[in-house]
Formats: sequence, C-alpha cells, structure tokens
Amino acid sequence: MNSPIRRLSTVVAMLFTALLISTTYIQFVQAKSLQDRPENRRTLLANYARERGQILVGGKPVAKSTATDDELKWLRTYPQGELYSHLTGYYSFTYGAGGGIEGAENDLLSGSSDKLFYRRVSDILTGKEQTGASIELTINAKAQAAADKALGNQRGAVVAIDPTTGEILALVSHPAYDPASLSSHDTDKVVAAWKRLNADSTQPMVDRAIAGNLYPPGSTFKVVTAAAALESGKYTEESVIPGPAVLDLPQTDDDLPNDFRGSCGANNKTTLTHALEISCNTAFGWLGMQVGADDFRAQAAKFGMGDRLQIPMSVTPSSVPAELDQPQLAQSAIGQYDVRVTPLQVAMISAAIANNGVVMRPHLVKKVTSSDLEVIDEPQPEQLSQAVSADTAAALTRMMEAVVKSGTGRAAQISGIDVAGKTGTAQHAKGKPPHAWFTGFAPSNDPKVAVAVVVEDGGNAGNEAAGGRVAAPIAKAVMEAVLGR
Amino acid sequence: MTTVSSVAPRTRRNVELVLLLLAVAIVVLAYVNVGLSVSGAFPPGLVTHGTGLLAISLAFHLLLRWKAAYADPLLLPIVTLLNGLGLVMIHRLDIAEGRDITEGLALRQLTWSALAVAIAAVVLWFLRDHRMLRRYTFTAAVVGFGLLILPLLPGIGRTVNGSRIWIGLGPFTFQPGEVAKIVLAVFFAGYLVQTRDALSLAGRKVLGFTFPRGRDLGPIIVAWVLSLLVLVFEKDLGSSLLLFGLFVSMLYVATERTSWIAIGMTLFCAGAYVAYLAFGHVQARVHLWLDPFAPDQSDQVAKGLMGMAAGGLLGTGLGRGRPDLTYFAESDFIFPSFGEELGLVGLFALLVLYVLLVERGLRTALGVRDGFGKLLASGLAFSVALQCFVVVGGVTRVIPLTGLTMPFLSYGGSSLLANWSLVALLLRISDVARRPVEEVRTGPSPSGEAKTEVVAIR
Repeated sequence: MNSPIRRLSTVVAMLFTALLISTTYIQFVQAKSLQDRPENRRTLLANYARERGQILVGGKPVAKSTATDDELKWLRTYPQGELYSHLTGYYSFTYGAGGGIEGAENDLLSGSSDKLFYRRVSDILTGKEQTGASIELTINAKAQAAADKALGNQRGAVVAIDPTTGEILALVSHPAYDPASLSSHDTDKVVAAWKRLNADSTQPMVDRAIAGNLYPPGSTFKVVTAAAALESGKYTEESVIPGPAVLDLPQTDDDLPNDFRGSCGANNKTTLTHALEISCNTAFGWLGMQVGADDFRAQAAKFGMGDRLQIPMSVTPSSVPAELDQPQLAQSAIGQYDVRVTPLQVAMISAAIANNGVVMRPHLVKKVTSSDLEVIDEPQPEQLSQAVSADTAAALTRMMEAVVKSGTGRAAQISGIDVAGKTGTAQHAKGKPPHAWFTGFAPSNDPKVAVAVVVEDGGNAGNEAAGGRVAAPIAKAVMEAVLGR
Repeated sequence: MTTVSSVAPRTRRNVELVLLLLAVAIVVLAYVNVGLSVSGAFPPGLVTHGTGLLAISLAFHLLLRWKAAYADPLLLPIVTLLNGLGLVMIHRLDIAEGRDITEGLALRQLTWSALAVAIAAVVLWFLRDHRMLRRYTFTAAVVGFGLLILPLLPGIGRTVNGSRIWIGLGPFTFQPGEVAKIVLAVFFAGYLVQTRDALSLAGRKVLGFTFPRGRDLGPIIVAWVLSLLVLVFEKDLGSSLLLFGLFVSMLYVATERTSWIAIGMTLFCAGAYVAYLAFGHVQARVHLWLDPFAPDQSDQVAKGLMGMAAGGLLGTGLGRGRPDLTYFAESDFIFPSFGEELGLVGLFALLVLYVLLVERGLRTALGVRDGFGKLLASGLAFSVALQCFVVVGGVTRVIPLTGLTMPFLSYGGSSLLANWSLVALLLRISDVARRPVEEVRTGPSPSGEAKTEVVAIR
C-alpha cells in the first residue's frame, strides 16, 4: 500500500500548489485592480484614515480635513463653501472625489501618488503618521471674491489669468454649491444633497468656466478674425474694409446685419480698428470670408482652440467646425454659427495678445507641499504656442484699447489705467436673450491680468443685454481686484 | 513497506519540546503584536494567557513522553502554532468588533481549545493501540452516517451561511460533519482492509486500466449517492467533496488501482453537474464562484478577495488591517483575514504548515506496519488536506465557496474537538509506527496485517 500513499502525497502537493497559485494570483497579480474597485470599502477607509492634504489659497485652507471621532476619522470641510466650490470640488465617502482639485489631484491629496513614494517609504521606516500632500493654488483670493460678488446671482462664469505665466487668478462658475453637503458623514443627507444638485435644472455642479455645454463666443471672437487678417499681411489696423448695414451672404438668402441696424462708417466703409471698436458684424463677416476658412481655423487653433488641457481638471476643448462654407464662415467670423468656446479659452485669447502673442499653459497648482512643508512639485510657466507675432499682438492691443476707450466696452474703463477689451453678445437660441460676453486685459501697456466673463441669457438685464453693459463691469471689478484698486 | 532501521530509534521528544517552545513563542509574539498595534500597549493578560498556553502545550508534551514516546515530533508543534495563531486572529477580530475579552469569541475558542486538548489527551491515554478501533468498524459506519444526516433532522438542524451542516442543541451549535470525517475514516479503513483483495484483484482490463467487476462497484456507488445527498440536501459542496474524496483516496490506497480514482472522479463530476442543472442553490454557488462581483448576489467572496488584495505581499500587519469588513472573518473566511494582515508571505507560511502536517500524517501511514493503520493514517491526513483545499480553494476561487472551516484556525468548537482528536489518532499511529518492534504492545491483532484471512473472490 506504500506506493499509492506516496502518490497520494503527490496529489496533496498538487492541491496545495493550486492554493499557492490562487493566493498569489489574488494578492499579487490582481491586488491592484481589486483595490481600485469602486465598492472597495477598505481603500476608501484607508484614504479616510490618512489625513488628506489641504487645498490652500494665499496660505489659507479652502479645503481641509478635521479630526472626528466617528469611524471615518477625518471630516472634509470647506471654510469658504460655495465661493471655491468649483475649484475644490468635493470629497465624499459615498460619491468619491470629484468636481475640482479634490478629484483631479486625488492621488496627491490622499497621499497615494507615485510622486510621494519615497516619502511614504521613509514615513513607514520612521513610524511617522502618513498624510497627503497639500496643494497651493494660483488663485488670487481678492480676485476670486470680486468675481463671485460681481457675477452675483446671475448664471455664468468668470476666468482671470496672469498672461505672462498662465496662472489662473480667478475661476468662478455660477450657480455654485456647498461641497460640505457632499463631504458630510451623514450618508442620508449626502444622498439627498447629491440627488437635489443633480436634478437642479441650473446645473450647479457643472463648472461653466472650463466644462459644461460651452458657449458661442459672439463678437469676442472678432479678435481672432482680426488676428488672422493681420497675420495674413494683407491688412493693417488702419486698412479700410466694407462695413454696410447689412452684408449679403453668398449662396443663401440669409443676410448678416449689424446689431445696431446701421452702417459702420461713411460710404459703408470702415477701418479695422473702428470695426472692432463698434463691433461691426458686416465688416468682420466680410473679413472672415477674405481670410478663408483654413487660415481662420488655423488662427483659432494657435490660440489653443481644440487643445485638451488639464489645469489639472480636464478642460473641454473649444471648437471651430471642421467644414465651413462661405456664409457659415462669415457667421463664424463673428463668433456665431457652431463656434463653441469655454470662458477659459476666451481668457487665453486675451492673455496671448497681452503676452506679445505667446499663449501660456493655464494652470491652477502653484505648489505641492508635504505635511512638513517640503516642496514636492512647483509647476513652472510653460509656453503653449505663439498665436500671433509680437507686432500683430501690439496692433490688436491698440484696437482693443479703442474698444474700451471709446467703443462698446467703455464700462470696463479703470481710471488711470489703460484697459484693452472686447465685448460680445452671443445669440444662442431663438426666443432666449443672448449671452453677454467681455474679455480683455489690463494694464494694456504692462498686462497683469486677462479676463473673460460670460453671463448667460444676459443675466439680470435680459434682452437688453449687451456684453458692454452686463459683462464689462464684472471684468472691471476682477481686474481692479488683481491690480489692487 | 519501509524497512525497519537497525539502529535504536530515537524518541525525538526533545526536538518536539524545542519546536513547541518556538511555536508558543511565535503565538505570544503575534499576541503582543496585536496589542501594540491596536492600543499601543502590551495586552493586559499577556503573562496569564502566555503561561496558560505554555502550560497546556507542555502538559500535552509530557503526556506524549509518558504515553506515546515515539510519536511524530512535528505534529504537536504544528497544531499548537495553528491553534494559537487562530486564537490571536479571533482575539484581534473581537477587538475590531468591540467585543470585551470576557464575552469575546477568543475566550470561548480558548475554552474549546482546552477541552479539545483534554479530549485528545483522553484519546491518547485510553487508545494504547489504534488497532483497537478496528473492532468498531461497523459501529463507526452507523455513527458516521448518523452524524452525517443529523443536520437534516427537523428541529435540531440549522442552516448557517446557506449550508445545512450544523445542528443546534440548546445554546450550542455543532458541525457533526467534522466528527463524521474521523468516524467514517475508521469505518472505511476497517471495511477496506477486509475487502481490499476482492476489490483489487478481480476485474477486466480495458485500455490498459483494470476495471472492477460490476458487483464490486457497490461500495463506491453507495459513497457516491451519499455524497450527492449531502450536496443536494445539506447544500454543501465542501462536505460532499470531503466525504467522497476521503472514500476514493482510501479506496485507492487499499487497492492500488488507479481506475478507482478515474471512476470516482467521473462519478463525482457527473453527479455535481446534474446537481448544478437541477438545483437553484447549487447554481447560485457556481455563479458566485465564476463572477463574485456580479450584482444582485452575495458579496461575501468579493469582500474576502478585497481583504486579501489589501494585504498584498507583506500584509498590513496584525491589528492594522480591516478583516472585520469581511463576513465570517473568524470562521469560514479566517484565511482571507490572515491574508490581509500577514500578506501573501504569511499565507504561504500557513499553507506550508498544513502541508507539513499532512505529509507527516502520510509519512506515518508509510511507516506503520498494519494495513488498517496505513489506511486510517492516510485517510485522516488526506482529509485534512482536502478540507484545506476546499476551504482555501473556496475563498480564493479555485472551487465554489463552501461552509467548511479551516482546521485549527477557524472559530468553532466542533472543528477544534474533531481535529485535535484526529491529531491524537495520528500521534498514536505514529507512535506505534516508530516504536521498536519488540516494544509493540500486544494488541488484538499482534502480527500486524491479518494474513490468515481467506479472501472470498466468489
């Protein structure tokens, strides 16, 4: 009977080998994917067990973790609440991290990022309590507050960037929400808040500044058309071009009228500068058709249209339609038809003109520091593209100065400081008031801030809205805040 | 058969003592580890508990020196270590669940452990030779099958975790299958040692295999039907597989014919497949096995897998994971609990301990001189291996999940009682196996195998 017993021991060896393989498969091969499963409470609890890093603006926390005595150990709080909701995002036990830096930099905040690997190892060896990294934002607290206050109860968005570095100084989207309502440890309340926010038709959780449904840019896009014309070398800011009351569009019965129902100058002619100053639709419609669809689209792309940016939140790419016939091109040249932009993109156009034609990569993270204040990461300004030559940028600056000095953008004037800008009034749906736009930068001789403002459906002014009246004062308030006025 | 060495056999009791002290030291270390990581202090009852464990294991060791001096020196240290680590994990889960030490599961498990050791001591004391058991072959059959169907009786049967393999008597619950495993091994050994020649000699040769005659298929058919009944009515693949696997392996050892294994596996697979087609609860188990993360079903396997994943290679460290998030973390899923806190490395160590335990049992089977002892030792040892395979295989998705417990580690009195008795039997057989021939006490069958028996071939 001994030989079957020996063979039986081989069977035992095989049985246990199967177990060694299966445990190895689970604990080594599959471990990462099992831990990343959304329903894995251990991973969530592990993240909650560590103190999550802070999100700071000007050295003050806008999101921080405070110790609690319940199972989750740390409660995420948002001292500024709604004001920073689209920047911080939310950190919820039930719905995870999302909506802003909380979601985009979750790995760093929770301390599980590969960038923190060596620090984690040393913390384990020294037995130190592990914490996530803190993230300092580029936001200017005064500008953020000014933008929030100026936009008030109107739906829309405000973006301000430093043209020379690409640092985002203000990022406001209205309506906002209170992220604390999602980070609460009272699950029932969190579920109720989540359902209410998602059911809300005004979409408070959508960051209109970088995502959402995007907007038609309206007349602010005439800056891009002007840039394309100047870059072609065939036009200067003083070139005389047709500016009738109504532009007859080829291949169609449709016409392109001016908003103010008149011609743009004597003999239905105008200069490029004057056309921008009074926001002449017919002149820019004609100019767009002269430039041609390819050059027009190329100029838009040079300003960053179509780029997939991470600031670090994902920015929805702005777009110019791939196919444009002549009348569509004329409409697109004045920011109508199917041109769609984010307020961030519009701010980048102004910023590029302010920065001698160079587009800087927009970003929100100034510094990533460990709990003992050691700097882990400090993003440097990065050049994204050269949108126009320095000469063209200077010409566009002069044209945009005229808009604020004596044109449609007078409401953005700041005493003692030269401001450059462009208004916009974007039709977006029949029977609905147009969106009001303003974009610009100041001081125009030494730019410190570039802004874009959009107020949905004309805001509180409704059908009376023109970018100049509704959006320009908001931009002015933000620029003043940055400049310390 | 193994040749008996001419040099004087050594008892190896001192080796056992050293290993035993090492085992106790590891358990105490683990206990301290839990205390330090959970509350940052040494466990308050460290000295009492440590001394208690040491006293119990030393007492058993002394009993072996006195009553079974030639017993295998590895068995006691291995099961002491497993039992102790199980206690530490159960204690650790008590802390996580907020159960006080006086009313926690660990204290009950400790009480059961002491009782189990005491019963094992009684077995060793009174059973001076394992061949005495052969007298009770058919009593064992009646008791074994009785225990097996006990959970099905209305009134005392309990369904726990979907399987009906428990009985409840007042405040106590008991898994009779654990004891049935041993009793049936005694029956199979006694029965097979008598009929092995008939089962192994007669038959037809087909495709190189010698197949048994139709009339000799009776016993395996009976065992097969019984195991299928267990599968269908007790809803437990593990018990079923354990019962049938035990029988087939012992049949194979008795007859040395591979065809029995082929027949057995074919029968079992066919039966299991039919049961899968016919019964919803079997299907549910299979679906849970194939896709543990599918919605609208139990997430107990998924929870265990996530626990093991959280452990990774080195584990979180005792007291630092969250094994309490897994259902049945102290019984059916104690293996994932160890996986989470001790990591893959820890699980390998535990599996190696079980392999050593089983292989020492099989070594005993090789060494013992009588056929009954060979069959009993190999059956008992293999049943431990099968049970480990069924339990660990169930939680790591090698086979569908079952309701069996991990020998010595899992919480549960019946499991401890049965497995300590099982080890006592192996200790006794190994003592007889290694004892010098002239020292073998006169038993009911002094010449070892009963060579005089006449085999009726019919």
